[in-house]
Amino acid sequence: MKLRRLFLAPSWAILATLFLAPLAVVLAYSFLTRGTYGGIASPFTIESYRRLADSLYLSIVSRSFVVASAVTILCVPLAFPLALFLSRCGKYKLLFLNLVMLPFWTSLLVRTYAWMFLLRDTGLINTTLLSLGLIDRPLPLLYNDGAVMVGLVYSYLPFMVLPIYATLERIEPTLLEAAADLGERPWGAIWRVLVPLSRPGILAGAVLVFIPSLGSYLTPDLLGGGKSILIGNVIQNQFTSARDWPFGAALSLALMAIVLGLLLLANSRRKGDLV
Amino acid sequence: MSPALRTSAGLIFAFLYLPLLALIAFSLNASPSTVWQGFSLRWYGELFADEQILSATGNSILIAFASTVLSTAAGTLCAYGLWKRRSGWLMNTLYLSLVTPEIVMGVALLAFYQAIFRFLDIRLGMHTVILAHVSFCLSYVVLVVLARLRTMDATLEEAAMDLGATEWQAFHRVTLPALYPAIAAAALLAFTTSFDDYVITSLVAGVDSETLPMVIYAKARRAISPSVNALCAIIVVSIGTLVLLAQRLERR
Repeated sequence: MKLRRLFLAPSWAILATLFLAPLAVVLAYSFLTRGTYGGIASPFTIESYRRLADSLYLSIVSRSFVVASAVTILCVPLAFPLALFLSRCGKYKLLFLNLVMLPFWTSLLVRTYAWMFLLRDTGLINTTLLSLGLIDRPLPLLYNDGAVMVGLVYSYLPFMVLPIYATLERIEPTLLEAAADLGERPWGAIWRVLVPLSRPGILAGAVLVFIPSLGSYLTPDLLGGGKSILIGNVIQNQFTSARDWPFGAALSLALMAIVLGLLLLANSRRKGDLV
Repeated sequence: MSPALRTSAGLIFAFLYLPLLALIAFSLNASPSTVWQGFSLRWYGELFADEQILSATGNSILIAFASTVLSTAAGTLCAYGLWKRRSGWLMNTLYLSLVTPEIVMGVALLAFYQAIFRFLDIRLGMHTVILAHVSFCLSYVVLVVLARLRTMDATLEEAAMDLGATEWQAFHRVTLPALYPAIAAAALLAFTTSFDDYVITSLVAGVDSETLPMVIYAKARRAISPSVNALCAIIVVSIGTLVLLAQRLERR
């Protein structure tokens, strides 16, 4: 199959030059020193990696984990009813599935901006509450961890819905009838039959939500306004205003390592579940 | 289906759609504040008078078009190449590029470009943005086309070759035509992904390559401006239409 090798060549070329080579450059930079004018200088050192253990950065990494975990946990009770609804809405299934996916494919920036529009001091929620006389000064809704988490849940909810929906689709409907025959109420059947059986879907969704939340940059940047800083913001800062590329490079690789570690862990767990 | 389930699903759909609908509604507000004062198209008029927005729109469309053509061509060939015989290395690299956080991909490309510029006399500009977009659109294209190929019957090509077609003819005349809807869907998704990207673009853009998301970002950080609402409304509606079109094509 000569043709096949020829067909794979352009993609290999793109991935090698525009993905693998850049990662290799980052790896190389992470072992160099920051130059006087912010460039990179040659002495080989592991100083950047040592600085990762700095308490300031450790606290940002742990904050990122807390925020990403909270987002993941918040997504489950929102996604489950939606997935259950999708699995039962018969001939309109495709329509509703598309409706779940549609916001995901429209610009992340626009979706984040929509929340700025709602949460600002002069935003829709505050002006509405003010005009109704429920509050006398604007609530501080924007630029805090809460706003960042709402934005992340909003952005990545479809990633939780789809895997749960996929597992629910595979569950025999007769199981619920059996539960009902045995005297289980509808909610009890959902809680004690459907939720445990859809655990693989919930786990898959958790990985799909946790990973982009952990590495997010735009949402904490716009909705956190410099007050809610996650790993992604520190990386961006090192490559722009702080101009400490070697440290930014080490931080990028640390983030990649965490992401890959989590994926491998999730993969091994999934295989374990199948056995 | 129980009413409780229907209500909760309705509420979650409201959570997904109300922010965007509110944004669109208030782009039609006569007043610049967030108090409704009547219907007006003045913010849309302002958009079309804004030189910066017009040139950024031109840049965004050009970048999205070029990166869509390149990534769709390469990605389709790649999916076909992976169809009958998997290549673990290539597949893993594609998945890796899919899970790499955008900010990491952006700084890596920036560092890579700067490293090359030491040896070549090139600067950041439209070309660096287009190449970056090709890189992150590629995996989407491969996955969409490969998903369609998996539902197809591989024996059709074998039949064609038994009847004397060459490998190329079997691809070109038998498989490729059946793939057109999937390729169109992949291209539409690549286009929207490229058109919407801010994080990577902002890092690798030069002075001549400001895109629409970069303008929105800059304006969003300043005070509320209803013309940004109008711009976002146009983007949501037009990108939403493209995505619905892609979803229809994918299932044909």
